[in-house]
Parts: sequence; structure tokens; C-alpha cells
Amino acid sequence: MDIIKINDLVKRFPVGKGHFTALNKINLSFGKGEFAGFVGPSGSGKTTLLNIIGSLDTPSEGSTIVMDQSISELSHKQAARLRNMYIGFIFQTYNLLPVYTVFENVEFSLLLQNISASERKKAVMEALKWVGLTDKVKSKPNMLSGGESQRVAIARSMVKKPEIVLADEPTANLDSKNSHHILQTMETLNKELNVTFIFATHDEKVMKYLNRIITLEDGKVVSDKENKS
Amino acid sequence: MIAIKLAFKNLLGAGLRTWLNVSVLSFAFVLIIFYNGMIEGWNRQGRNDTQDWEIGQGQFWHPEYDRYDFFTIRDSHARLSDEINTQINEDKLTPVLITQATIYPQGRNQGVVLRGIDPQQKILKLPTSDLDNIQNEYSVIIGKRMAESVKLTAGDKVLIRWRDKNGTFDAREIQIASIFSCDVPPVDNGQMYISLNVLQEMLNLENEATLIVAGKNYTGGDIKNWEFKDLTFLLADFDKLIQAKKGGAMIMEGFMLIIALLAIFDTQVLSIFRRQKEIGTYIALGLTRSQVVGLFTVEGGAHSILAALLGAAYGIPLFLYLDSIGITFGTPDMGITIAETIYPYYSLGLIITAIVLVVLSATIVSYFPARKISKMKPTDALRGKLQ
Repeated sequence: MDIIKINDLVKRFPVGKGHFTALNKINLSFGKGEFAGFVGPSGSGKTTLLNIIGSLDTPSEGSTIVMDQSISELSHKQAARLRNMYIGFIFQTYNLLPVYTVFENVEFSLLLQNISASERKKAVMEALKWVGLTDKVKSKPNMLSGGESQRVAIARSMVKKPEIVLADEPTANLDSKNSHHILQTMETLNKELNVTFIFATHDEKVMKYLNRIITLEDGKVVSDKENKS
Repeated sequence: MIAIKLAFKNLLGAGLRTWLNVSVLSFAFVLIIFYNGMIEGWNRQGRNDTQDWEIGQGQFWHPEYDRYDFFTIRDSHARLSDEINTQINEDKLTPVLITQATIYPQGRNQGVVLRGIDPQQKILKLPTSDLDNIQNEYSVIIGKRMAESVKLTAGDKVLIRWRDKNGTFDAREIQIASIFSCDVPPVDNGQMYISLNVLQEMLNLENEATLIVAGKNYTGGDIKNWEFKDLTFLLADFDKLIQAKKGGAMIMEGFMLIIALLAIFDTQVLSIFRRQKEIGTYIALGLTRSQVVGLFTVEGGAHSILAALLGAAYGIPLFLYLDSIGITFGTPDMGITIAETIYPYYSLGLIITAIVLVVLSATIVSYFPARKISKMKPTDALRGKLQ
């Protein structure tokens, strides 16, 4: 069963008096537990597509159904709830909240879900265990390396056990060793928790891990193929 | 609750900038409370002193009497009934007979108001018993300001001239029995106090008075043919003065508060531009835009809570100290009722009002920049693209 269905998706951005078409007639679907990625050069529309799936942006035309909810028809509040309940984000620049500790950064999403403190603590520690950072609970983001920061971001996206994790260039700021480390972590989580991972990347290292590679060029899908051995 | 928790975390995490804002705001807090406490202390002392020295718990005036019109004094007197005299004997009332007179100190002439009052009275703080402590029955007590202006000291004698009820001039020498010190200028400036019986005899107005001062234990109600003037009426001028002072203080406090609020506003505007990625992250994590606006507004408003705590940390010891020693102004002679030493009075109402005022204003100035967040596109915020 598909948890993401994209039909004839068009996204245009106003530029001067005209507009720029970032995505043009995209048709895709994703099932539960996929480990897929959008690849392509800069400006091909990878991040825009990821943002629309993540309900951070809306389509200009067509429909995007995520967890049976049409992104274009969601109110701000409904979109926020969708993100909070079902979608985890991992960003290129980690986007950890600087004044919070590792524990508090990971805990943040759960605070919005009215989960009791003891359950939150259990879930946070479990998520930090997945990424191997249980010894850093009290550290602030400025005390972490790039690899550690991205692992915290993974733990933050996974702590609420989402259906979908959207990772936008997650390895762009990491060295090779750390890139492999976090990709292996995400691959394991994908297999163990059956969470759908969708990447936007142009990193060859990431592509090696993906089960499905969707290539975008000038806002169009030019190929969509299985990848994994 | 989450917004409050997060706001305080963000504020404390922001370090020096927060503490600079909080320090300025706490100073505004302390200044507002101190200034109003001073005025309230002055108000309470002034009212108490005026009651103790001049007006008691209210006064019964002869219907013709007008304290601002000297021409009314001559005809403003009436006999004291038996009923009134009974109350006087029970120390519930004390009559005052007023007339104009002229004294001639060092050859100069000086208009004075001569007030006849019972030396045994216990209602007003005036040291009238001093009138009995001197052999000369034509003795008077005067205030320090009056003594300085006419250059008279205790024991001095001075010629006084007055007109009796028939308009006939008379004159004789009076002696200064004592000089008292009083914070209420109308009791002192140009006033002389003489024994009531002596003045009645001088004016040929036996058993008559211009006004009657009611004491604390007076419960008799209205007196026929005399108009009761309550404390609101008698303290109206003083109340107006306090209101004017409060108005002046408000301008100063307003400036102080505006400086502090500008600092918060500036910080908030800067925050919204500097922390775009953070705002985008909050939205990506599931906060609605209005929750993020709320978070930033609470964050700005929380400056005022921290300011209240910081202000309390140094303000409470300071206020307690000032409350114990008072603030001495020397012997001001500004023609207004003001004590040499004012003890500030900090009421719970004043503190709550100051807190509500500062918290509310800080929250409002934080809300305006935060409103911009509601117009942000989360994708632009995440990229830090907004200018």
C-alpha cells in the first residue's frame, strides 16, 4: 500500500513578472519501508519535491497525498500535525536547536505530542541508543562533531517513530567515514522499524545505499529504477 | 506550558544579550516601584500629617467661612451650642476661632492669621499646652517657618494689632511661648496660635468659633448650622498635588520603560532574522506558525519575568533598607506638605501593577516583530533566505 502518491505534480515559483517551473508533471508513489532517493544536479527540483512531501510547501497543480492526506488541502494546523505525527526531517546543516542539549533536541517532537515525561525519556534514550550517542545526552550541539550532530538529527527524526523520514543532503557536510556511519544507521533503522526513507542527494556514497533511485532533471523525472543488489 | 519552558530555555541560552535587556528592564521595574513608592509614602505621610496637625477627621465650618477668601473671616463665627460644648469637653471636638491681625516685628508690619485654640485640646498635634506654660496670657505659639520669616524666637515679644467684632482696632504686646516644627506649611506660614478664651475676649466673641475640628472618636454626625467638610474636601489640594507628581513621575518612568522595551524590540527583530533556520526547524518538527509566533512572543515577554526576578534580587534589599532609614530631604520649604524624611510605601497593588505593566508592554513589543513569522514560508526560513 502506498503511503505517498504524487499525481501530475507541478510546482512553479514566481520570478519577476513570470514564473519558474521547478517541478513539472511528476507522478510517483512510495510504499511503506522504501529506502529511496531523488538524485540530480542542483536546481533539478529534489528539495522542492521533498518539501512538498513534507508538507512544508504546497503544489501549484496536481495532487500529493501523504498518509491519505492531500497536502494542498491541509490547513497550517493540519500540516503541522501531519509533520509532527508522521514525518521526520533530516537536514544538510543538521538544524539542531542550539540552546538545547542533545536529549532536549531529540525530545522536542515528543513534547508536542503530550507524552508523559517517563515515556519521553524512554523513547529519547532508545533513539539515542540507535545512533550510538547515549553518552552525549547532556552535550550541547556546539560540543558535537558534524557526524555526531547528524546522528542527533537522525535520532530526533526517529524518536517519534514516524512513517516517513525525509533527508535533504544528509551527508553533504560530512566526511566519508561519518557519511557511511550515518547511512548505515539509517539503513538499519529502515530495516528494523520499516520506516520509509526518502533522500534528496547528489552524493555517490548515498546512492550506493538506496534501493530506489529517482533521477530528476529540470523538474522532471527522467528515470525511476531499483538500485540495490 | 511548552512555549514558556522553551522561551526561558532560549532566553537563558542567548546569554549576554538577554542579560543586558533584562538588566535595563529590571532597572525600569525598580525605578517604577521606587518612584511610586516614594510618592505613595509622601502621600500617606502628607495626609497623616495634615490630619494630625490641621484638619483632624474633618471640620465643621461656619457657613460663611471660605479658607481661600480672607474677607469671609470677619463674619465667619457663631456661638457654640451646649451640645457642641459637651463634645468639646469629651475631647471629641475642638473649636478654632480665626481672625486677621498685624504684627510689627523689628518695626516692619506683617499680616498674620491669628487662630484661637484650646490649650488643653488633644485632637491636633499642635503643642498648644505650651500656651499654658508661660505666665503671660497673651502668648502665642508659631511654626518654624513663620519664626524664620519674622525673625522671632521663643520668649520674644511683638506688638499685635487686631479689630474686634465691632471693627474697633486694638493692640498689645504678645509673647512667643514656643516654636514648633511641622511638615504642613498651611499650619505654619503666617499663622499664630493663641488661647481660644483669650482670642474670644480680644474679639469680644465669647463662646464663638469659626470652625470646629472633629477628633478620631467623634461620632456625633452633623451639627446644626455648621457645614461638615470631610477629608476628601479638605485634602483636595494635596491630592491634586500628588496626582500632578504622579503624572510627572509617569513621564520619567515611561521614558525608562521605552528604552527597555526598545532593547527588547530590537532583540526580537534581530532574533527573527538571525534565527530563521531555527524557526523553519520548529515548523518542520510540527509546531504551527501561530505556535512559533507564540513562542517568540512569550520569549520576549519572558524578559520581563526575568527582569522582575533580577529586580527583586537587588530591589527588595534596597527597598527594605530605604524603608528602614527613609529618604531625607533636609528641611524643604517648598510651601507643600512634605516630611523631612520620607519613608517609601510599597503596596502589593503597586508591585502587581508594575509587574503587569512591564510584562504586558514587553509582550506587546515582542508580538509585533514575531508576527512576521506567520508570513514566513517554512522552506525559505529553513534556507535562511529571508531578508
